[in-house]
Amino acid sequence: MKKLTENMNFSAKNGLLDRRFFLKAGLATSGGLLSASTLASEGKDRFPWMKQPGSGMGESGPSKYESHIKRDSVGSQPGTTGSGASRTPIEHLDGIITPSRLHFERHHSGIPEIDPGQHRLIIHGLVERPLSFSLESLARYQQTSNIQFLECSGNSGAMISPKPLQRKASDLHGLVSCSEWGGIPLKVLLDEAGVKPEGKWIVASGSDAAMMSRSVPIEKILDDAIIATHQNGEPLRPSNGYPMRLFLPGWEGNACVKWLRTIKVTSGPSMTKDETSKYSDLRDDGIAELFTFPMGVKSVITSPSLGLDFAGAGIYQVKGIAWSGSGRIKTVELSADGGNTWAEALLDQHVLPKSLTRFRSAWKWDGGPATIMSRAIDEKGNVQPSRESWFVGRAKNTFYHFNAIQTWGINAAGEVSNVYL
Amino acid sequence: MFISKLMKVIYTCALIIITQGIAAADVSFGATNPNLGEILPAEYVDQVDFVVMPNGDGLPHGSGNAVSGKKIFNVQCVACHGNEAKGGINGDLAGGHGTINGPLPKKTVGSYWPYATILFDYIRRAMPYQTPGTLTNDEIYALTAYILYLNNIVTEKEIMSSETLPKTKMPNSEGFVWAYPASE
Repeated sequence: MKKLTENMNFSAKNGLLDRRFFLKAGLATSGGLLSASTLASEGKDRFPWMKQPGSGMGESGPSKYESHIKRDSVGSQPGTTGSGASRTPIEHLDGIITPSRLHFERHHSGIPEIDPGQHRLIIHGLVERPLSFSLESLARYQQTSNIQFLECSGNSGAMISPKPLQRKASDLHGLVSCSEWGGIPLKVLLDEAGVKPEGKWIVASGSDAAMMSRSVPIEKILDDAIIATHQNGEPLRPSNGYPMRLFLPGWEGNACVKWLRTIKVTSGPSMTKDETSKYSDLRDDGIAELFTFPMGVKSVITSPSLGLDFAGAGIYQVKGIAWSGSGRIKTVELSADGGNTWAEALLDQHVLPKSLTRFRSAWKWDGGPATIMSRAIDEKGNVQPSRESWFVGRAKNTFYHFNAIQTWGINAAGEVSNVYL
Repeated sequence: MFISKLMKVIYTCALIIITQGIAAADVSFGATNPNLGEILPAEYVDQVDFVVMPNGDGLPHGSGNAVSGKKIFNVQCVACHGNEAKGGINGDLAGGHGTINGPLPKKTVGSYWPYATILFDYIRRAMPYQTPGTLTNDEIYALTAYILYLNNIVTEKEIMSSETLPKTKMPNSEGFVWAYPASE
């Protein structure tokens, strides 16, 4: 190990190592640790759990030692229990798939308990034939599955605070998750219903108590929208729309209506409460932009992050997630000197369109005060903006679609905080 | 004889084309759509259609004004939205006029919402929070009228209906642009 650190390739200033550092190091660092547990007979070592058979098969959750990893900062509107959000504990996860039990939530009137036998998907409006589909009949259609992210457009809204809020990564950015979504291309069902030439939008409504509704242009529906019935291999969880939801790859989560019941083909948008009064982006000239659907290119460092402090100078893995509603992530860059120099991070194998991408790098922290930040660039050339430039042209208290660079500061004690540069 | 042979060749070729065509079509969505959608009668479609459009399409018969709306509001809505729709635990529905292009925009129905029809659509779908679906259309029109009245958009006695609601101009109706489709 020592030999390797002496020959480190620094790719940007202040300790950012070549992104392949861990790959190289891995070759030389095998060799187990000797445990201090009680020694068994014949001079060989066994932990207590190696001395008797373990528990049986069947239902099992995560290790009890990981029970702190759960949906975080659950909050609901005053006087309600199901009108709010919970967040994905991104600082405790790795890879790109969010376990379904940890997928973030945003509901408007609780989670309905839907009997799949009674549920129907209804397509009506400007169509030749209004149609009704049971879940059973939908299972006979050719399905597709894709690994794609879902992000609430209110994610990271706390970053507009004039002073940096000292909150965990999940509290700041945990309204994003990534799943393998399985379902039926909505185009197939619309073709069956026969969209009339004047049908240009759809209005999707859920069967929750708020009948959440959003208007979506038909181009997106014909492009890649699906009626999602499966998430990470299993039927959707009730908190994610069981038995079916609209899924619009790369577009803001609110438009991916859960517990989907009706799709009305219309000539224009319905101007629903959510798409006008809520999910619109107010500019500094007092004009608000409607239908800002695609989620911008973005990255977040999940480790280190607030609460995951450094324990003394040395080499650490810096890791995080990056995504773009416009396609694949091309590169993620890291800076440990306030953005003066940047080093390219290593991307894990799966670099998929409109999906989370996992990035990592090695950082030799010298034990002094430092900052670390990431910047994502997607295949269309979109570059994640600085916080300062994100604000340009926006009204003061608008917070939707926040995708700017975030910086973690590390003090001499190794404590991590949220900082603005 | 020659003609007959030629016909046979043409026939065989056609058969190959047809069978290959079927084989190719078998793997495409179009040909394998099992067509399992059940055609719905118009009466049923009407029962599940809650969509209200800004031009008034989808608004039902019925009417109400702010006088009757106030009485309903003070029973059904005041606990969350506050007296006269201000100062409640769940956001103000009135006030904030003129703040949208100022330093601290305050978004309410009156200061921000682009269309009056949204009120009817949303109340019918989602309110009252604990008992959605319990208000009559007359009551929804009356509540809509009351919230518009509290924002100085209609008078106390003005009747809101499928006729008048789409014609009711909101103060911030010019305050929006469409980001979709994106202008290149």
